[in-house]
Order: sequence, then C-alpha cells, then structure tokens
Amino acid sequence: MPENKKTRREVLRDGGRLLALAGAGAALGYAAGSGKKREYVWQLDPYKCIQCGKCATECVLEPSAVKCVHAFAMCGYCELCTGYFEPDAEKLDTAAENALCPTGAIKRSFVEDPYYAYVIDEALCVGCGKCVAGCAKFGNGSLFLQVRHDRCVNCNECAIAKKCPAQAFSRVPADQPYLLKQAAAKKSEPGKAE
Amino acid sequence: MRLLPIIFAVLLTACRLGAGEEFRFPPPEFESGYSLPQTTHPAVSSCEIVDIALLALALLAAGFLAHRARSRRGLVALAVLSLLYFGFWRQGCVCPVGSIQNVALFLSGGIASLPIVVVVFFILPLLFALFHGRTFCAAVCPLGAVQELALWKPVKVPEWLEHILGTLPYVFLATAILFAATGGQFLICQYDPFVSLFRLSGKVSALAGWGAVLFVCLFIGRAYCRFICPYGVLLKACARLARKRITITPDECIRCRLCEDACPYNAIRIPVPGGVERKTAPRERKILAALILLLPVLATLGALAGGRLGVFLAAKHPAVKLAEDINRRNLGETPKDNLPLIALRINRGDEGQVLLRAEKIRRQMKAGAATGGAILLFLLGMKLILLTVRPPRRDYEADPAACVACGRCYEYCPREQARLKIVPFDN
Repeated sequence: MPENKKTRREVLRDGGRLLALAGAGAALGYAAGSGKKREYVWQLDPYKCIQCGKCATECVLEPSAVKCVHAFAMCGYCELCTGYFEPDAEKLDTAAENALCPTGAIKRSFVEDPYYAYVIDEALCVGCGKCVAGCAKFGNGSLFLQVRHDRCVNCNECAIAKKCPAQAFSRVPADQPYLLKQAAAKKSEPGKAE
Repeated sequence: MRLLPIIFAVLLTACRLGAGEEFRFPPPEFESGYSLPQTTHPAVSSCEIVDIALLALALLAAGFLAHRARSRRGLVALAVLSLLYFGFWRQGCVCPVGSIQNVALFLSGGIASLPIVVVVFFILPLLFALFHGRTFCAAVCPLGAVQELALWKPVKVPEWLEHILGTLPYVFLATAILFAATGGQFLICQYDPFVSLFRLSGKVSALAGWGAVLFVCLFIGRAYCRFICPYGVLLKACARLARKRITITPDECIRCRLCEDACPYNAIRIPVPGGVERKTAPRERKILAALILLLPVLATLGALAGGRLGVFLAAKHPAVKLAEDINRRNLGETPKDNLPLIALRINRGDEGQVLLRAEKIRRQMKAGAATGGAILLFLLGMKLILLTVRPPRRDYEADPAACVACGRCYEYCPREQARLKIVPFDN
C-alpha cells in the first residue's frame, strides 16, 4: 500500500469525526435557538416551606446557605413574638433561656410602647427555621427562609432540594433569584437589593 | 405548571393585604419616627465568561502539552492548576461530567433553556477529544487531576477485570440520563466522590466516600475515570475518532518493549502478529459469526431486563415515593418518613395529581430503562465482537479510548530520550 493512501480505518474515522462534528454543530444550533439564554439558581418558595429544619442540615455548606429573612412590612412588632420566644418562656426579655433561636441570631430591641423590633443577624443564622415556624403559627408570618446568594455555591443539584419534603426548591432565573413573600417583595428596593 | 401555586399564593396574599385585618397583628403605625429597616438581598455573582475562557485555554494548553511539547511535567502542572481553579476555587459546579444531566433534563423538556456555561462545559471537551483525544482527562478535569496526583503504587488490573469493570460507566451513564430526564435526581452529582473534597465540607459519609475513592486511587490509577465516570463514555467515543492520537514514541516505534509496563491505566496495546494464518483461524471465525447472530438476541434481552428494572428504578423517584406513601396511608399503614405527606396536607396539594404524575413517571422510567437496556446489551455485544477481531498491530500503541494522555509513557521510549538528547541514539 502506498504511504500516502489512507487505510480503510482512517477513512472511517475521518467520516465518523465529520459526522460527530456535524452532530455537535446541530446540537449547538438547537441549544442556541431555544429561546432566551438564562442562568439558573436555586431558591425555595416560602409559601411551600413547612419548616422541617432540613435546610440547616442538608446544605453542603456549614452553616447552610439558607437563612431567615425578615419582611419588616409584614411584622406586627409584637411584644410577645412567637418567632422569638420559647412557647414556655419565663419572662419576655432577651435572656438566652427564653429565646427560640438556637444561635441567638434574632436581636430584639424596644421601639415604642408596646412595639419591639426583631432583626436577624445573618452571620449567626443557620437556617433551622424554628423562628419561621413560630411566627407562621401564631404571628403574621413575616419571617421566612431564603437561599442567600452571597453564600450559595449553586450546586448542579441542590442537596437540600433533594431532601425537601415539600418540594419547595426549584431552579429560578438568576436575574430574579429570590422568591419573597409578597409584602416583602413590594417594599424591597429593586436593582441591587434584589 | 410550577408557577401556578405561586400565582395562587400571591393572589391569596393580595386578598389578605387588601382586607387588612387578615394579619393577626396589623403592622403598627409608629409615632416615634421609627422607619422600617430594608432587608437587602445579595445578588448572584457568577463569572461564567471567565470559566468558559479558562476551560478553552486549559484544553488548548493540554493539547499542546500532550501532542507538541510531549511534556508530562507540563501536563501535571496544568492538572494542578485545573484542580486549584476548577476544583477548589470554583468548587466543582457545573462540571462537564455533571452537565450531561442538565442536557438530558433540557432535552426532555424539564427546563426551558440551557445556560450557555452548561452548553460549553458539555460540548467543548468532546470537541477537543475529536481532535486531540482525551486531553481533557489528562489535565483539565479536576476529578481526573486529583486521581492523577494520588496515584502512588500502581497495581495492574488484569485485562479481563478491566473489561468487566469498564462496562460500569455505560450502565451509570444510562441510569443517570434516565433519572435526569424524568426530572428526578442528578445521580452523577449525588455520587460525585470529590465535590465535597473540593468544598472541604459535607457529611461524614461524603468524607468517607472521597477518602475511600482516593485510597483506592493510590493503587488503582484513576479508578473513578476508568470504572465509573459517565462522561468518559462520551469522551472515549470521540477519542476513537480523534485526528491526532497520543503516540508513545515521537517517531518510529522500534518495538523495544520498554514502554510495555509504563501505563498504569492499561492503555498500551502491544503488537499483534497479523497475516494469513489469523484470517483462517476457524474457531475465532465461528465465535465471531455466533456473536453477530447473538446481537439482536442480546438487545431483546436488554430491553426485557431494562423494563423490569425500570419499575424498581422508578420507586427511587421522589414523586413516586410520595405517591406510594399516599397509597400506603390509604391502606392504613404509616409510612416511614411522614414529612412529605404532612407537607402535602399543609400546602393543600392535590393527591390525585401526585398519583397521576407518579404513574406517568413509572411509564417513562419503564420505557426509558427498556431502551437503555437494549442499547447497553447491544453495545456489550459489539464490544465482544471487537474483542474477537484483532487487527494486526505492528507497533506499541496507546489505545485512543483508554489513554487519558497522562504522558507517563513518553520518557520510557528511547526514541523520546534521543529526541530530548538525554541519551545518544544511533539509527
């Protein structure tokens, strides 16, 4: 066989490569033509959340990327906040034994009689949802959980989503990465804040 | 469909706000001049353009180092850099291996569009494999890099075992596509042994997982790449068609046998004597004929077995699990994990919908698994056929499918040493 002539195998291989390239091209074209290109991030729907506590334990991060968010516009500023106090709290003060939050991430401060403000310290919050459950049960439901995108590493499959019993997690467009409760969404600033 | 409950919830809340007294404790009117604090929501930060550019750059560099420079040292350095950036800095996601599932989910209509970064991460290494072979595995993939660096005392896996274990990635790929396409789970990500290493976090089971895999990789080179990696299946297919193959020797092979044991990944093929006597070997011809006739039988068997297996696989799907829990509760039993049922009740979910969806997933799984089983066993038959026809081979060659372009064999070749002027070589 002359040196410059291709063997049958080589011809087959070249043909196969051309076919594969054509296939890849077609696939790329199809993917490119399929509407608007969007990046996705994970978020949880607070209206589906049942505060099971798995956000705190299932996230690949320690502590979790899920944190409690406070919609101040929905808050009743109650003196007896069921998101803040243990159900059998001895006294309505900021002593640790009376507080529901296991990490002391909720700061309670007096505003005016009879109102108290509750502010989340996100650095301490572990996303256990205990306060969310308390507020939802007897209060206005102004506390709710959200994936915080300064922490979330956006796993290809969210480890919490896999375990969420309410299937509250979904991929949402990265330009609208939060699913806030309505009153909170209305009040919060568009642009950088969102 | 996913939006419906959200819209519903939004409407409900709007009604509540309109009514005003629906808040148990109406938000107060402050007299002291207190103004409501604003909750800020940190934006998503991503640098996918940088990721895409670095991936392309790393693939180009790997091709250059493996084919032109023939430098193992360079490849190892690039692997370290890739491990640091794609592994520890980017923390793994999205990676080409995992992107298979996003593509499957997109093609099955599970997500509306594929992010550009996913498309590029899926297709670019395959395109490069069509030209350069598996240089992605050599020095770009962080999973490959960590195993490449871990290999300490290579143990040769016997050929028969290599062939048997080598079928596992095909099975894993088929199962992963099936699960991703039915919108269930991303198995590749769940069973990714190294992602928790890259994140330096995770549960004890994850720690034990990557610990165990790394321990195995001390002795069995790239155990994950060879016997698990589903992306490797696609890369192998592309690498078989590669324009440039990894060559052990920079010029002509002198069949000195020095490279015979150089490869820890069983990728070096030794010369096979060819000629007239092989063509007439009657026993092998009979086996070949039998195998070709067996192909349709194998495919049918695969379809039947897959169909059976599909029912079993479907039971792992969360939606199917929930439906089974509902059925069990209706029969008066208490399911082990009650939370999904409680969540369904609290959120006033429609149980009929759940049951219907589960039935649909069962059907899809069964059909998908039957198809997958048929394809898998057909491929197995093809593999057996390829094992019987051994074309004569003159030289020591790297098998383009098995070779991950690590570059170990280069320095075993006296021709290479002559090229680098380490030893004088006399033609």
